[in-house]
Amino acid sequence: MPDVQFHFTEEQRQFRDVLRRFMAAVSPTTEVRRLMDDERGFDPAVWRRMADELGLAGLMVPERYGGSGFGLVEVGLAMEEMGRVLLCAPYLASGVLAANALCRIGSEAQKQRWLPGIASGETLAALAFAEPGGEPGVESIAMQAVALDGGYSLTGCKDYVVDGCNADLLLVAARTGAEGGLAGLSLFAVAGEAPGVSRRRLQALDPTRQLARLDFDGAPGELLGELGGAGPGLAQTLDVGAIALANEMAGGAQRLLEDTLEYIKLRMQFGRAVASFQAIKHRCAELLLQVELMKSAAYHAAQVADAHPEELAYEASLSKAAASEAYLHAATEAIQLHGGIGFTWDQDTQLWYKRAKSSEVLLGDPAWHRERMIQVLEQREFGSASAGAAA
Amino acid sequence: MSAPAEVSVRDEVRAWLNDHWDPNAGLVEWRTKLVESGWGAPDWPPEWHGRGLSAELTRVVEQEFARIGAVGVATGGIRLLAAATLLEHGSAAQKRQFLRRILTGEDVWCQLFSEPGSGSDLAGALTRAEFDGECWTINGQKVWTTSAHHADWGLLLARTDWDAPKHEGLSYFVIDMRQPGVEVQPLKQMNGYASFNQVFFSDAEVQAEHLVGKLGQGWSVAMTTLAHERRRADGLRSGRADVEDAAPREGTIYDEEAQESATALAPYKWYPQRAGRVDLTLPRALASGRIRNPAVRQELARLLILANSAEWTARRARAAQQQGQPQGPEGSLGKLAASHVARLASRVHTMIAGADALLAGEDGPENGLIAEILLSVPAVSIAGGTDEIQRNIIAERVLGMPKEPRFDRGPFRDVAQNRSPG
Repeated sequence: MPDVQFHFTEEQRQFRDVLRRFMAAVSPTTEVRRLMDDERGFDPAVWRRMADELGLAGLMVPERYGGSGFGLVEVGLAMEEMGRVLLCAPYLASGVLAANALCRIGSEAQKQRWLPGIASGETLAALAFAEPGGEPGVESIAMQAVALDGGYSLTGCKDYVVDGCNADLLLVAARTGAEGGLAGLSLFAVAGEAPGVSRRRLQALDPTRQLARLDFDGAPGELLGELGGAGPGLAQTLDVGAIALANEMAGGAQRLLEDTLEYIKLRMQFGRAVASFQAIKHRCAELLLQVELMKSAAYHAAQVADAHPEELAYEASLSKAAASEAYLHAATEAIQLHGGIGFTWDQDTQLWYKRAKSSEVLLGDPAWHRERMIQVLEQREFGSASAGAAA
Repeated sequence: MSAPAEVSVRDEVRAWLNDHWDPNAGLVEWRTKLVESGWGAPDWPPEWHGRGLSAELTRVVEQEFARIGAVGVATGGIRLLAAATLLEHGSAAQKRQFLRRILTGEDVWCQLFSEPGSGSDLAGALTRAEFDGECWTINGQKVWTTSAHHADWGLLLARTDWDAPKHEGLSYFVIDMRQPGVEVQPLKQMNGYASFNQVFFSDAEVQAEHLVGKLGQGWSVAMTTLAHERRRADGLRSGRADVEDAAPREGTIYDEEAQESATALAPYKWYPQRAGRVDLTLPRALASGRIRNPAVRQELARLLILANSAEWTARRARAAQQQGQPQGPEGSLGKLAASHVARLASRVHTMIAGADALLAGEDGPENGLIAEILLSVPAVSIAGGTDEIQRNIIAERVLGMPKEPRFDRGPFRDVAQNRSPG
């Protein structure tokens, strides 16, 4: 793939510098801890500044709908810097997942209607696709939508919806046909406050990311785009989300490595710095390798997604599987290297550990993504995946 | 886009090749012309068979050679490491004696650094060199010496002062390998190949004028050799491709060149297997049907993630270099990553082969290639610097962690040593 870049441009590096300063200022861990107990889980004033000063809410939204029209490379940079500081904000939900779903699935009129609000940060949107206990991906979606009075009526439950309680606009995936898999899937716009929608904020393992369970009982929805035509766009949206998330995870892992090194260089045991023991040095060298490898996969995926959309699924799964294992490894190592203080509530490492653990599972766990990589390779080879592991 | 300097060099070399290139010339005869014209080693200084060209312009010359299929100077084995070391540290007499025949390929060289008692700790060399006023007498043993059995000259690191601290008591010599005091024995590895040798010195002789650099400064001269070796290894690892040959390779000179490179490359036949042959995993899994095994699918995907991420990390390091950015951590991780890739690949090959992994040689899968992978991979995390040393280097130089405590300061004679063999 000759046009894939292995470096960031000067503009991209400057963008990163601006983001890093901003994120460090708005999201120290004291603030992260405050927002963990906040009802909404994010600071609307910070979100407004992110949208107004940095254009982040609409980073990926095309310019004709009021966004900045950047690609996944810039989104990846932004996510990486957010992940570094565990920023609590509805960016992944609204600016990445919902914005992409609307762009890929909505009609022209629907994009004109909703994207400018998302791009300005005024409308918070969330993508509701997963169902209780469901497999990752969109193939396992079972919820049904039925036509009613010229619109649609939705009944069923959506689970693990990122920022689902905060959203003004819910994009809800449901089946409108009897077919399975990607066929027969449709996407609906449902107002967050619509009748028939009840939302509950879930107790999340990672309290820095807001999760909600949404129950629909005949809630009115507006069909987005073509009836039964949302499957491919939804799958692509989740792939874009996985790549964005992989970049966020790289930022978190890098931060864990830096903070741990700083601590063990100062911490004295047996009359010497903990960092001077070879057993510790070797763990850190390996950790650095894992972090750089995950970065390479995440950066590559973002580059390829922009330049070669046909590679999106494979790159998404590769980068998300890589990031899942490396981030959790970084967090586990960080706790171990901190020693006893590492698993206390007041020490900040635990915050990243929780983010690492939840990110491992969000948008598909690593085993699922590895399986999907092989399915993609088989499809290239045979035109279809072997049945072997799918069972 | 071409700069004026590039255009003029291109024109000049093209004209010279036009006048001189003859695919039916003798190999040494042709290379002698290259040495005399300076086109064979254009990045070398003009006073020593070169033209003092930049790396960029040297690439232009190489492209022109490749375009018409012109044979270049000899590059096989360690001769270019020898040349680089002599260019930097050698006396004028040494340069006069050795450089020309390095380029023409008339002399074969080998590197005599590692010893049975000093592998990772190269500066702990015990081979001794003693001066009787006229000549150096060498006694000791070296190991892992590629090409020693047909080498004419060796780059030798030996101890000349046992009272000086470890690194300050070493000196660097060029030794004549074709003499009675030098005995070469092949060293057979667990994979059956004997790519290396052991070299025994019993009262071997080195002429006084073949000391390279100053007495007691052998370590810094050896560092030059190793720096060039590392640079070349990075080049190999990054898979830098040569310019595609456009011209048909017809002529007697190619037969001679092919014979030379077959001899030079023979010891390296198993090197790709040592790296794990990731390229064979997916095709073999698909062809054998083992791809249907869920455990194989998971491990294969893990391998593809690791191998691709390692490749992209190397590409990031190179891109940063090309952009003129400071070297990031990604540049020092390649060797360690390669070890992980090779080990995982070996495991995946085993899963794919199933019971056939019990078999080797003609009875084994891929005509023994898979067995060769399984038996060569353990070397990858040792050769050229063990993983443990790599981790120390990364921790200390990249992560800024404290250095290892040392127990080898003071006079070398007081430092704990492996007992000298024999």
